[in-house]
Amino acid sequence: MEHIRTSKVEQVRLLDRFSNKSTTGTLHLTATHLIFVESNSTSAQEIWILHHHIASVEKLSLTTSGCPLVIQCRNFRMVHFVVPRERDCHDVYSSLLRLLRPESYDELYAFSYNPKQNDRQREEGWQLIDLAAEFERMGVPCDQWQLTDVNRDYKVCETYPRDLYVPITASKPIIMGSSKFRSKGRFPVLTYFYQEKKAAVCRSSQPLSGFSARCLEDEHMLQAVSKANPNTRYIYVIDTRPKLNALANRAAGKGYENEDNYSNIRFQFVGIENIHVMRSSLQKLQEVVGTRALSVTDYLVGLENSGWLRHVKAIVDAAIFLTRAVTVEGASVLVHCSDGWDRTAQVCSLGSLLMDPYYRTIKGFMVLIEKDWISFGHKFADRCDQLDGDPKEVSPIFTQFLECVWQLTEQFPQAFQFSEWFLIQIHEHVHSCQFGNFLGNSQRQREELQVKEKTHSLWAHLLSGQQNYLNPLYCPSYGYTNPVLEPSTLPCHFKFWRNMYHQFDRPMHPRQSILKQALTLKENNRELESIAQNLQAKLQKLGVSTSPLEVRLSPRECALPPRPKSLILGAPFSRKEVHQEDEDELVEGEEAREDIPVGSDGDRTVEGGSATENGYGELPLSCGSKPEPAMVSLEFGVARMTC
Amino acid sequence: MEFAELIKTPRVDGVVLHRPFLPLVEGTLCLTGHHLILSSRQDNTEELWLLHADIDFIEKRFVGSSGTIIVKCKDLRIIQLDIPGMEECLNIASSIEALSTLDSVSLMYPFFYRPMFEVIEDGWNLFLPEESFKDLESMTDEWRLSEVNRDFSICPSYPPLVVVPKDTDDDTLLKVASFRHGGRFPVLSYYHKKNGMVMMRAGQPLIGPNGRRCKEDEKLINATLRAGKRGYIIDTRATAVAQQAKARGGGFEQEANYPQWRRIHKTIERYSVLQDSLIKLVEACNDQSHSMDRWLSKLEASNWLSHIKEILTTACLAAQCIDREGATVLVHGTEGTDSTLQVTSLAQILLDPSCRTIRGFQALVEREWLQAGHPFQHRCAQSAYSSGKLHGEAPIFLLFLDCTWQILRQFPCSFEFNENFLVLLFEHAYATQFGTFLGNSAAERATLKLPQKTVSLWSWVNRPQEMEGFVNPLYEPNSLVIWPSVAPQSLQLWEGVFLRWNRSSKCLDEAYEEMVHIIEYNKELQKKVNSLRRQLAQLETEGSPLHTP
Repeated sequence: MEHIRTSKVEQVRLLDRFSNKSTTGTLHLTATHLIFVESNSTSAQEIWILHHHIASVEKLSLTTSGCPLVIQCRNFRMVHFVVPRERDCHDVYSSLLRLLRPESYDELYAFSYNPKQNDRQREEGWQLIDLAAEFERMGVPCDQWQLTDVNRDYKVCETYPRDLYVPITASKPIIMGSSKFRSKGRFPVLTYFYQEKKAAVCRSSQPLSGFSARCLEDEHMLQAVSKANPNTRYIYVIDTRPKLNALANRAAGKGYENEDNYSNIRFQFVGIENIHVMRSSLQKLQEVVGTRALSVTDYLVGLENSGWLRHVKAIVDAAIFLTRAVTVEGASVLVHCSDGWDRTAQVCSLGSLLMDPYYRTIKGFMVLIEKDWISFGHKFADRCDQLDGDPKEVSPIFTQFLECVWQLTEQFPQAFQFSEWFLIQIHEHVHSCQFGNFLGNSQRQREELQVKEKTHSLWAHLLSGQQNYLNPLYCPSYGYTNPVLEPSTLPCHFKFWRNMYHQFDRPMHPRQSILKQALTLKENNRELESIAQNLQAKLQKLGVSTSPLEVRLSPRECALPPRPKSLILGAPFSRKEVHQEDEDELVEGEEAREDIPVGSDGDRTVEGGSATENGYGELPLSCGSKPEPAMVSLEFGVARMTC
Repeated sequence: MEFAELIKTPRVDGVVLHRPFLPLVEGTLCLTGHHLILSSRQDNTEELWLLHADIDFIEKRFVGSSGTIIVKCKDLRIIQLDIPGMEECLNIASSIEALSTLDSVSLMYPFFYRPMFEVIEDGWNLFLPEESFKDLESMTDEWRLSEVNRDFSICPSYPPLVVVPKDTDDDTLLKVASFRHGGRFPVLSYYHKKNGMVMMRAGQPLIGPNGRRCKEDEKLINATLRAGKRGYIIDTRATAVAQQAKARGGGFEQEANYPQWRRIHKTIERYSVLQDSLIKLVEACNDQSHSMDRWLSKLEASNWLSHIKEILTTACLAAQCIDREGATVLVHGTEGTDSTLQVTSLAQILLDPSCRTIRGFQALVEREWLQAGHPFQHRCAQSAYSSGKLHGEAPIFLLFLDCTWQILRQFPCSFEFNENFLVLLFEHAYATQFGTFLGNSAAERATLKLPQKTVSLWSWVNRPQEMEGFVNPLYEPNSLVIWPSVAPQSLQLWEGVFLRWNRSSKCLDEAYEEMVHIIEYNKELQKKVNSLRRQLAQLETEGSPLHTP
């Protein structure tokens, strides 16, 4: 490929992020990946970094041992190479600079990725999620809500999908009028219908109300939403912005609904900050947790100063407010922010997840993302920086949503069919540009890009490997007994998501995983069940009548297809496996740890079996060459010799 | 009996009990010498039995003619009692205050408690030093059991029997004892079977401002070194603190006199700082404010997790010196009864798989805490709701349990016990019907005649029906040394203790049950398959002669 100046550099050192360890190997640059292969032939570690995953490349000033190259990835991987010759370093650096900033969509990996599937399989992948069926599941269309064709040709709103659901009483002129009075034409439409109370969750962008403007059609539109719900006379309007931001928008001719003009609305600000605040918040968080020899004080102060958990809590709080309004009061709700594609998407989708157990299943969660994020035009291309674009448009809004979901899975360990590895895998591919689902900023753009014709769907890929993402403690009946989740929002119940933000920093993780252990046991249970059945069948043939499989404890949920044996939890098919037996040998019986499942198709890693990955494995004495060190160094806490 | 004088109103009707996440209970409140009892007098309704000793602090409030007592317990629980009648309320409150702060140990509940169960295995005889020395003897002959302290005259905080280097006679020990804080001469704490390295502990050397030396002390610890090898002295105090100690007659081993030792200073705080940390942490956890910033800054200001990290790091360092460096280690702080024991006991959990079993952990607590003279009664007299002047109260043991929990969380399959077991030890260290944690040393326990007059916690815990609740279903014996991460991102607030009463644990409990179910079902299935296989094999061998011509 023309952008690659050098395709192979040898004798490159990879420095560990948190310790003084390093490994030496060869760096390969391909059209899609940057690959590091460790020279050590016995435990050759490989790191595959997809160009799309690279957020930034930095060349540091030359040192005696070579030229340092620091690569920061969107999936929170951080690699620090030292290239012996500056010339080579510069070549890699400038090649990467070009490669990580694709200028047009056809340069994205999704258009060249070929997982050896035929066209039929590929097409089937795209048919897995059907939003019309999803609305039907919710009970829409019904006597109060109908499908409208106003946006069939993206004429009314080009960032909305073609199919939209509106109240029966909202006529076309009302819709057209309302859309003209809303930022980007994003008029109020249905996103979730709570059938039990006929309450609707609608979404839109902000009204162009300025200081005094009003729009009768828009007012009618909200009235129509209100009338469609026989339960209550009022509807809630949740403006997800802080009040100050909304006020500032008024000066620009935008703003929020004036309660005097709209009859029977209950207006509420919930104070979620904008994309710029979120971007810098996550940046701060990353800086803090990326610090070497971090003290607890600096960590907690940094966590606080980043504001990240405060923002996460604000979103969960908003979702709970929405959920209570709908499920307890039975009121319909309109959610909006400024454009209605960031905070609105977060709150609507998280609220739906709290109200509807279906969205807590693997398939349901895909549907939820497809509906509230993909179809309603969350600007994935801009927010995830798919093409070389405006850095001010980049923001971890979707990451934040995934984290909110994770916080819920921590509070309700049995409510979700999927484990955190599912969320992490989705995050991985939102940024990998390996599948077509998240390309572009809107449905319309994806149609123009012909993603369904030219790329593969992530959902098919994830479903085919869903055994890896199951939550072994999931209880399907939980959804019946607890249809609506009521999480605690006391600050102490929000945690730092280590497995996301440190997913590649293995020494930081628990060395044994309960999740993995439980998954293995469940799989083993299924195997044993079928073995037992076989044995019984054989016995029966021999004329021995046995009672049907009769075990004191019966399984609590329906059996799922067995998990292929060769897979590590969460690991992709292509990933090499570290077998348990190998593990026992490799560390001279010194250390107990388990493999942390991370990685993806596009990002292959076999992180090595070094025995000293833990925090303090480096008293320099052990080298033998220097028998009396002046300093005992600990990775996460330095103990200095006093003599 | 003298308790009656303290109880002015033994019984009040119509009292309402409020507990977080539980329905209100209305009933009769009774005070006995050792318990506060609330009974709803209805069938199948839970009664509240609260040991007075478990009460850390009470607050009174009055509205009209009725009063409210807020009871803050040492296990961090807070309950509220609404009592009709001002006088009753005042009487109850003053009785509780008096009964929960009894001076005399011999009035404590363990001396009155009679077990409702049959003691099969007496916990008092389970972990005798003679027995554990037999194990040591089977591995090495370099150590001996000394009776020099049999009447507790040399070192009041040591047990009668201690393990010392074989070649060090009792006269030498006498001299060394006079050179070490509290007479705590270096004794064996742990023998690492894998490479024969040892960990010792002691009190600080009393070098004083003039740099006094004691040849016998040097000789004693040098006797533990291998030829040509150096040892490590881990001083749990910061360098400056150790320096200051010289002015008060204490100090540290001078390089010149201990050329074969490298000294490493770590900063584990003294007990008063740690008690303050606990108070702040619990205050933060009970704060019902919804501000994230406030919570994080309070959590930070408590410094609790910093202490955890420091203690764990020091323990890892000690373990590293022994296992990775093949060096002998001596650990001490000032007295050698607090931070020293945190380090030596945690290092053993890392190094020795047997300490990760239930029995092994009990033995560790017995050996490294009770026998080693951790002043439980002083340290655990008050908990997080203490106020006013403190008298040496500090969560030293709770920090040790918290560190253990942190390791358990990182190695969830390597421990035979579960979190509940650690929580149990926390509770019983502070308030209990058992005698195990009474007194401050082996000497005091002997004077109190605890083994004769009280029941051991171990006698109760080790009964199969109790044990069931403390077994970790995921346990798979792991013979390796374990190395936890001590990065702040890897440490967590111990919710099971600190948020225990501030959250509904229903979801988590159910998830745990599901986990247990999966494992039990697995065992059942395995049994079933094995029996079917046997049945089939039997049939086939019986049937085979028919098929062979």
